[in-house]
Amino acid sequence: MPADGGIGASTKRREDVRFLSGTGRYTDDIKLHGEAHAAFARSDVAHGRIVSIDTSLAESMPGVLAVFTGEDFVDVGGNPAGWLIHSRDGEPMKEPKRPVLAHGKVRHVGDAYAAVVAERLEQARDAVEAIEVEIEEVSAVVDMSNAVAGEDLVHDEIGTNVCFDWGWIEDNRAATDAAISAAPHVTTLNLVNNRLVANPMEPRASIADYDAGTGDYTLYTTSQNPHVSRLLICAFVLGVPENKLKVIAPDVGGGFGSKIYHYGEEALVLTAAKKLGRPVRWTCTRSEAFMADAQGRDHVTKIELACEKDGTFIAFRTETNANVGAYLSNFSTVTPTFLHGTLMAGNYAVPNVYVNVKAVFTNTAPVDAYRGAGRPEATYSLERVIDMAARELGIDPIEIRRKNFVKPDQFPFASAAGLEYDTGDYDALMDKLEALADRSGFEARAEASKASGKLRGFGVNSYIEACGIAPSNLVGILGSRVGLYDAATVRVNATGSLSVMVGAHSHGQGHETAFPQVVSEMLGIDPTSIEIVHGDTSKIPFGMGTYGSRSLAVCGSAVVRATEKIIDKAKKIAAHMLEVSDTDIEFKDGQFSVSGTDKSVAFGDVAFKAYVPHGYPVESLEPGLEETAFYDPANFTYPAGAYACEIELDPETGKVTIERFAAVDDFGNVINPMIVDGQVHGGIAQGIGQALLEGCVYDENGQLLSGSYMDYAMPRADDLPFYSVDHSCQTPCTHNPLGVKGCGEAGAIGSPPTVVNAVIDALQRAGHDITHIDMPLSPSRVWSAMQG
Amino acid sequence: MSQVTMTVNGKAASGEIEGRTLLVDFLRETLNLTGTHVGCDTSQCGACVVHVNGKAIKACTMFAAEAEGAEVKTIEGMANADGSLGTIQQAFQDHHGLQCGFCTPGMVMSAAALLQDNPKPSEAEIRDYLEGNLCRCTGYHNIIKAILAASGQDADAIAAE
Repeated sequence: MPADGGIGASTKRREDVRFLSGTGRYTDDIKLHGEAHAAFARSDVAHGRIVSIDTSLAESMPGVLAVFTGEDFVDVGGNPAGWLIHSRDGEPMKEPKRPVLAHGKVRHVGDAYAAVVAERLEQARDAVEAIEVEIEEVSAVVDMSNAVAGEDLVHDEIGTNVCFDWGWIEDNRAATDAAISAAPHVTTLNLVNNRLVANPMEPRASIADYDAGTGDYTLYTTSQNPHVSRLLICAFVLGVPENKLKVIAPDVGGGFGSKIYHYGEEALVLTAAKKLGRPVRWTCTRSEAFMADAQGRDHVTKIELACEKDGTFIAFRTETNANVGAYLSNFSTVTPTFLHGTLMAGNYAVPNVYVNVKAVFTNTAPVDAYRGAGRPEATYSLERVIDMAARELGIDPIEIRRKNFVKPDQFPFASAAGLEYDTGDYDALMDKLEALADRSGFEARAEASKASGKLRGFGVNSYIEACGIAPSNLVGILGSRVGLYDAATVRVNATGSLSVMVGAHSHGQGHETAFPQVVSEMLGIDPTSIEIVHGDTSKIPFGMGTYGSRSLAVCGSAVVRATEKIIDKAKKIAAHMLEVSDTDIEFKDGQFSVSGTDKSVAFGDVAFKAYVPHGYPVESLEPGLEETAFYDPANFTYPAGAYACEIELDPETGKVTIERFAAVDDFGNVINPMIVDGQVHGGIAQGIGQALLEGCVYDENGQLLSGSYMDYAMPRADDLPFYSVDHSCQTPCTHNPLGVKGCGEAGAIGSPPTVVNAVIDALQRAGHDITHIDMPLSPSRVWSAMQG
Repeated sequence: MSQVTMTVNGKAASGEIEGRTLLVDFLRETLNLTGTHVGCDTSQCGACVVHVNGKAIKACTMFAAEAEGAEVKTIEGMANADGSLGTIQQAFQDHHGLQCGFCTPGMVMSAAALLQDNPKPSEAEIRDYLEGNLCRCTGYHNIIKAILAASGQDADAIAAE
C-alpha cells in the first residue's frame, strides 16, 4: 500500500477535522443578514379537492410577511420528469404537472398547499395553523392493484393511474414466453420490495437570497447535484436565466438519492426572497421529511425462473407494479425501468429475459431513486427466486449460481437484458466469499445455536449493478432528457498549489480526500497542496453530481483527463524553460526533465513560469495553467459481488439477529480502501434495515403510519454486527482511465436477499415449510409465518 | 422573553429566550454554536447530544431556561487546549468513524459520556449505549471501532472476532 497518499492509500479524511470539531457548514448553519423564515401548510388527508383557502387571518398574524398558495404558481412550470419512458404500445408516459404548491387537489399526506413567510420561524409556524382551508376528501388510491384497475384517479386529467406500461425487451417477449412454456421446471415467486424512507440524518434545507441591484439569485440547498438543481429550477420551473441563479450545496449530511431532486420548497423560497427583497430560509422537520421527501423501492413483483432439471437457467420473466406516488419525481421513471429491467439477467448467462413494469400513481409521497435505485429491486427478485429454485431442485444455492455465472472468458458479455458487461470474475468472488464467510464452519455453529434453542441459517447471493451513470448517447436513445457526463477543472496556482473544481458533490463519500490522491499520483506532488472545490455552480464546471456510484468513475475520469491536459501544457512550458522540443520532455515524480540529460525543472517552477511569463513564448503558448475536461463514459461500469450472512432466529419470538455478515465486492481498482470499506458498511446496514426493520406504511386511506423515528425502524447500533468486507478481487473497468467501477450502492443491493435467504434457510432447516416472507422480516411476521 | 445565563465550553454565555426556546436552539441560534445538530423532532436521533453538568443529554429535550446556571459542553469544546482533536475525535478520524458528519457531534458527545462512566466498554455495551444515536452512513462498524480504540482497546482484533 502506498504511504504517500497516492492511489491505493487509506489516507485519513481531511474533511473529518471540521466535522469532528463542529465547524462543518451545513445549509441550516448558514445565516444571512435580514433573513425571514418559511413554513409550509401540508395536507393531512391523502386525497382531496381544495374547496377554499382563506389566508386573511394568517396574513394578520404577528411577524407575517407573505402567504403563498398554489394560485400564486399557476403561471410557472411544473417540476419535470428527467426521463421519458414509452409504453409497450409506443405511447409516451403520462406526465401530470407537479406544481410548486398543490392547486385544485392535494394528492398525498404532506402535500404542501400553502406557505407562510414571517420574521421568525415560530411566527411562520403559528400562522400556518391560522390558514383556513376547506378540503373535500375523496377516495384515496393506495393499493397498486386497485390503482391499476380502479376508477378513482390521482390525476383526473390523464384518465388513468398507470403512468406507463413498459416492456423490456419487447422483442424478446415471445421467445421468453415460449421458453418458459416449454421448460422442465418453473419456479414462481410473488414478492414485495418494501417502501423505504431515505432518511439522511440532515433534513433538507434551503435558503434563498435575491439581489435587487443585479437581479441575481443565490440558493443554498441540500443537493447532491447543484447544477442539476439549477437546470431544473431555471429551465423548467421558474424560467430564471441560468446565469442569474447560483446554487450552492455546502456540507450536506447524507443524501442516498433523496437529495438528487428539485423540490417545490426551493422554488418557494426563491420566489419569496424576490418578492420580499430579503433572504428566506426553510429547514425541513423530520416529520415533514417522512411526508414529503422522495421515498424508495415499493415494487410488487411476480418473477418466474425457468430452468433445466440440472439447474441451468433458461429464462427470467418479471411482472412488476412500481409505485411512483402522487407525482413524478425527477428520476422516478428511469428507476423502475432502465435501472431495474436491464439488470434482470444478473450475473448469469441466461438466454431469455423479459421484464414488464407498470408505473402506478397513488396518493402517497413520490417514489424515486434510493441507494441502489432499481438495482436492489432487480437483485432481490433474482436472488430470491434462484434460492427458491435451488431448494425445489435439491441443488446447493452456491452451486446453482456458479453453474450459471457468466465465465471470465465470456467478457465482454452481452446480457439477455441488453447490457454489455465489460469485465468480471464471479467464481473468484464466490471462492473468496466461501473462505471469508467460513462456510465450512457453518454446520458446527448451527449445532451450537440449536443447543441454545435457536435456529441458524446461512444465506448467500450474487449481484451485479450498472454504475458510473451514464453514456449520454445511449441514455439519450433510451429517453433521458439530460446528458450524464461529468466535468472537472484543474487550476494550478502560481505558487504550485492546486484547486480542482469538480461537478461531483461529496456528502459523505470523502471526495475531498480521494480526488487529491488521484491528482497527486499523476503529478507527483503532495496531496495536501491539492484542494477540491465542489458544490457551488459559480465555481465549478457544469457537472451532473453524485448518485448512481458515479463520482469516481465519471467525475474522477474527468479529473484524470484535465490533469493530463495540465501535464501536456506544462511540458510545453518546461520545454521552453529548458530550451528543447516538448517531445524531448519526460515528466516523472513532479520533475520535467530532458531525456538522456540531467537537465530538469520542478513542477512548481513550471507553474510559476505559467503565471509570471517573463521570457515566455506568448505568440505560441498562452500563459496560465488551468484546464477543464468533460468526460462522457463509453459504457456503464459493472461492480459485482457475492455476499453471505448467518442469522440466528429465536423461535419463541420470531426475532432475527445477524450473527455474521461477509461481503466480497469487485469494484475494479480502488483509490482509498478505507473509504471503500466504509461505503460498503453503510450500504450493508441500509440493506439489513430493509430486510429486517424498515418499512414505510400507509393505511387504506393513505394515512402515513410510519411518520417518525418512533414508528419507522431505523437500524441502530445494537441491531447490527461487525461486517467482514473484502474488495481484493479486482477486474478493472476496461473503459475508464482509472479502471474503477463505483462502490456507493453495492452494500444496499447485495444485502437484502442475503438476509432473507438466510432466514428462509433457518426455517427450512428446522422443518418449516416456509418458502418466502416479505420484508421487513420483523419478529411478528416471522413468528406469524411459523404458526402457519 | 427572558434572560438565561449558563457556562458553555468554559465561557459565560447569556441571551434572550422565549419560554419555549429549546436548549439546542439557544446553542445554535443565539450562541451560533452550530456544531450541535438537529436531525429529528421526536428526540430520537441524538444529533443534538451535549453534556449538561457532566451528563449526556439530547439538547432538544430541555428548554434553554432549564439550563440556567448549568455547565454545558458541546462538540466545539471537545478539542485539546492546543486546538488539536481530542482522543475520541482523533479515534473517529483514525477509524473512519464518520462520513457525512451530521450525526458525528452527537456520537462524539455520547461516546465521551460513555467512556467517562465506563472506561473500557465491551462492543455490546457500546452498541447498547448508542441506541439513542442514529447514523445512516457508517453502518456503525467504524464508530464502534473508534470508541473501542479511544478506550485503549484493540479495535481491529475485536472487530475481527
